[in-house]
Amino acid sequence: MEQILVNGLYLGAQYALIALGLTLIFSLMNVLNFAHGQMYVLGGFVTYTVVAQFQLPFIVGLICSAMVLAIVGAMVEKYLFRPVIKKSRREESTMLLAAGIAFFLDAVILLVFGEKQRGVPKIIDGVFNWDFIVIMPYDRILIGCLAILMIAAFILFMQFSRAGRAMRALAQDKVAATLMGVAVDRYAMFGFALGAALAGLVGGLLVTITGINLGMGGPASIKAFMMIMIGGAGVISGAIAGGFILGMMESVGLTVLSEYGDITYLVIFATLMVFLSFRPQGLMGKPWG
Amino acid sequence: MNKQKIAAIAAFFLAIYIGVPWAIAASGRTDFYYTLTSVALLSIASAGVWLTFYIGRINIGQGAYALAGGYVSAILMTQYGLSFWTTLPVAGVFCAVLAVLIGLPILRLRGVYFAMVTLVLTEVMRLTALALPVTQGAKGITSIPLPGELSLFGITLIPDFATLENPKIGFYWMAVTFMVIAYAVLWRIVNSRLGHLCRSLQQNEELASSIGVNTAYLRVIAYSISSFLGGIAGASFIAISQSIYPSSFQVTDSVNFMLNCFLGGLGYVFGPMLGTLMLYFGWDLLFTTGEYQLLIYASLLIALMLALPNGVLSLLDKKKAQP
Repeated sequence: MEQILVNGLYLGAQYALIALGLTLIFSLMNVLNFAHGQMYVLGGFVTYTVVAQFQLPFIVGLICSAMVLAIVGAMVEKYLFRPVIKKSRREESTMLLAAGIAFFLDAVILLVFGEKQRGVPKIIDGVFNWDFIVIMPYDRILIGCLAILMIAAFILFMQFSRAGRAMRALAQDKVAATLMGVAVDRYAMFGFALGAALAGLVGGLLVTITGINLGMGGPASIKAFMMIMIGGAGVISGAIAGGFILGMMESVGLTVLSEYGDITYLVIFATLMVFLSFRPQGLMGKPWG
Repeated sequence: MNKQKIAAIAAFFLAIYIGVPWAIAASGRTDFYYTLTSVALLSIASAGVWLTFYIGRINIGQGAYALAGGYVSAILMTQYGLSFWTTLPVAGVFCAVLAVLIGLPILRLRGVYFAMVTLVLTEVMRLTALALPVTQGAKGITSIPLPGELSLFGITLIPDFATLENPKIGFYWMAVTFMVIAYAVLWRIVNSRLGHLCRSLQQNEELASSIGVNTAYLRVIAYSISSFLGGIAGASFIAISQSIYPSSFQVTDSVNFMLNCFLGGLGYVFGPMLGTLMLYFGWDLLFTTGEYQLLIYASLLIALMLALPNGVLSLLDKKKAQP
């Protein structure tokens, strides 16, 4: 039982970090970033290149992947999303753009990094063993703690920094924020970059454990969508709650339902549908936010 | 309806029923039959997605209904020995009923919530197909018979596809006919009272319901028509490929159905048809570029979106506005 909980916490911390980036982008620009999973894969590959090929320390890889993704995110917002949002008659049109960007990133990753599964050597060896009740490799514990640290840093940044306050204002009411003198364009770009950088960080963290391959982008996007549906789109606390809930459900489901075959996700999906029919805006979302 | 419109429709019919077979016979590229048949069938499913856009919902779940329709048709044909022509409407109606059951709760969602839940629905359908015994899991259902003879009062309306000299052209005509019917129905719906009511939902649901439009009922109706089209498309598709697997229609397909609508233009009934043709053909034509296929395709998509964010058919509007 304890083992399941620890696994769930570990999964949840990573999931929450992915969902945070997605929900930040959504709350600022009302854009559903289909390319989020691909950004995460790109982050993993950047870390792999820096750590395994250039033989640099892991932390440099993480910083590089966050930087690269932040630049990609900023460019995507400035040159692609902003003009399309200005010209388009219906705001859903950005979905085609987002899907196009997802395909584009897939293609770039395929051309630059190839289709092979990549991984980096373990950061620390050894397994934490608490009387055979909880068994956890040390590197997983480290990654889980790093993820939780980053979540905490992100929350502190959003709560107490000037940029964080500007972005929260934008998410609450765009018109009012503009009237109060918030530079909408600049903070939208900054927010997009920050969201993409978070995706890159998760990719960098996970490459040490599960490795990374091209096919992981799409499923990661779907999982991230589920998390923000559970928690409520555009709400930071919701994304974190959604991430941990999904991680827990996956961990519990894989253990409890294993005898019935591979139906964990089917059950999770069905539960989600029922849940959403009672609470369409998720746990903490604004109604129709 | 003015003369210009009638002429355009006549030209369209001539092109698809006589022009295309003639051009293929002349050029000897018989593989285009399969491509065009796929385009026609996929555009039926896209037409369904477009209808949900018309009530202001982003539907990324059409793949689920195409898969469900395909499986219903495949199971009825292989295990109960029914003819394809009987299973086709059954598959459509099954999807429509399924859409009512699923739609009642999820149509209360809006915007991205609805989009995400339908995306998840595609994945649910794939996992269900993997888990259920009747669908035979990952093995899928193979060697589905070709569509048989359809006769009414002893008169053969459609000959048995197995006896046809060239079943490809038979399938092409079948798919194109379905497409014409589907779009005629769609056009009729949009230009009817139902269509006007749907438009009111798209613009402002609260206002519509305050005037006395039964929004819940309309949403479910539109969604089930949309899913009916998806089921028909799925069932016809498996008759051509003669096999179905849980991966026959997946998230990528659902996303593509939605992209077809965006590309053609959300404000135009025939937008999804054009969008499907462009996306499918564009992808096929780029095959010769090898490993750069996806890169060029994605760049073109992004470029198109930057140039024409309201769909390709919005070019027509500009022409009208200029003189």
